[in-house]
Amino acid sequence: MKEYIENNVRWLFPLPAALFIVAMMVFPVLYTFWVSLTDWSLASGGEAHFVGLKNFEVLFGEPRFYNALKLTVYFTVLAVAVETVLGVGIALLLNREFRGKDTLKTILLLPMVATPVAIGLAWTLFYEPTVGLANYTMKLLGLPASKWLADQATVIPSLALVDIWEWTPMIALIVMAGLASLPSEPFEAARVDGATPLQIFRHVTLPLLAPTILVAVVLRSIDAFKTFDIIYTMTGGGPGFGSETMNIYAYTLGFQYFRFGAASSALVALLALVLGSSLVVLYFRRRWEV
Amino acid sequence: MKMPKLSTILFYLFALLVILPFLFPLVWIALTSIKTQVQIVAVPPVWIFEPTLENYRRVFVEQEFGRFLLNSTIIAVGSTVFSLILGLPAAYTISRYRQQALGVLILLARLMPGISYLIPWFILFSKLQMVDTYTAMIASHMLVGMPLIVWIMVNYFDGLPRELEEAAQVDGCTLQQTFLKVVLPLSGPGIITASTLSFLFSWNNFMFALVLSADRTKPLPIAIYSFVSYAEVSWGSVMAAAVVIIAPAIILTMFFQRYVIKGLTMGAVKG
Repeated sequence: MKEYIENNVRWLFPLPAALFIVAMMVFPVLYTFWVSLTDWSLASGGEAHFVGLKNFEVLFGEPRFYNALKLTVYFTVLAVAVETVLGVGIALLLNREFRGKDTLKTILLLPMVATPVAIGLAWTLFYEPTVGLANYTMKLLGLPASKWLADQATVIPSLALVDIWEWTPMIALIVMAGLASLPSEPFEAARVDGATPLQIFRHVTLPLLAPTILVAVVLRSIDAFKTFDIIYTMTGGGPGFGSETMNIYAYTLGFQYFRFGAASSALVALLALVLGSSLVVLYFRRRWEV
Repeated sequence: MKMPKLSTILFYLFALLVILPFLFPLVWIALTSIKTQVQIVAVPPVWIFEPTLENYRRVFVEQEFGRFLLNSTIIAVGSTVFSLILGLPAAYTISRYRQQALGVLILLARLMPGISYLIPWFILFSKLQMVDTYTAMIASHMLVGMPLIVWIMVNYFDGLPRELEEAAQVDGCTLQQTFLKVVLPLSGPGIITASTLSFLFSWNNFMFALVLSADRTKPLPIAIYSFVSYAEVSWGSVMAAAVVIIAPAIILTMFFQRYVIKGLTMGAVKG
């Protein structure tokens, strides 16, 4: 017996962690799958009846679902695209040794570690149409005032701007670390051959940096797709359904309407999307040896 | 005295221009927190004014933020400590014995949208009559902290040389002894990175507390959010509360700057 334990102790090390994940993650997710096949809601008197795929039929016939899907993709693509361009730009421009670089990096960290709910509320005040700083700035720049969060046309870009403020530094810091780990030979060779800075960037820096940028973009996209805190605190999905992303939609179904069955089907759809796209990315990551 | 070169001055000006947009909103939050409501809604904005601590008095005396500060601390420290206890040994054997299946499980836990747990957790903890207990709050936050800790520590252990462990095992140390006496003492930097991030993620978490906490265990993010559900928002108090909740995260980050950067950018840069 003692010998048996000695030989298998390597499996006892991760056992508590594995059990915890099964109890807190695997079981709840399976349970969500089960609930998504029932009509369970507050209206059904708290009783769950098996209804097969009916919730999914309803969900896929629901304009709000496609609206949520569209807005989630819009928000993610907009935020991550701007973050990537700005982040890479900042990293390249600060790519040299100077006094105060550490302080600067610390400042870049702050938006990332500041509590999103508090940040969301602060930006709500910035965006306030009459007294907010956003419109005051627009006025200084000679631009027309905007309704920001209060207009369906501007609400997603306004929310994306908060995400951009929070997370551009992450791309910048990742790319800075990537730049620091690049070998110096290709750059020297290019310089010896008389390449211009632009040519060096286009033909040396960018190809060497591409894997790092790609991973940064993937990490950011997965996170941006799951954004909840700032949207929930700033607009709650409004105006109308103007910022109702998948997360907010599923939350509203579950905890405002108490339609657990319907909410679970939306969650299953969301899970399939997140995990599906992650798997595709992991597959490519392995293939490219990134 | 040597004059700095023009290009250097230009570079610093430029760096300032890049960094200012990231710093400014935080400075503005702090400034707003010491203004009166009249000063806050003034257009154009007031830059020079007599600061007031009234907002902080309201936050701590009327809203009892001390309690929420304590709740957040208990939950963040608790979830980090228990995540370390579960996560460190797991990370060690995943690193040394290539326990792939477990690695995938941890990765899944990192990718999963937190919202997909809300309904089952709410039902489960309601049935166990554990909604609004520290146990439920800590357990939920551990599902973020533990995979993060394992992820960081697997990377860290992978980079540790194995000679010492092999020597210890030749000398007759069991796996437990090797782990406790040889590996852990070498793991300081990794553990600091992992725990700082686990603490920060728990400190900032809003979604889980939204359904799992009520009056007794309410943490800071929920407390500050409940400010705006009142009819008229007192922006000064909201910003004072924002300072109270953001300041500890910032202080911790400044203290452990290198470790936080390492943790947040990990996995993206090889080596």
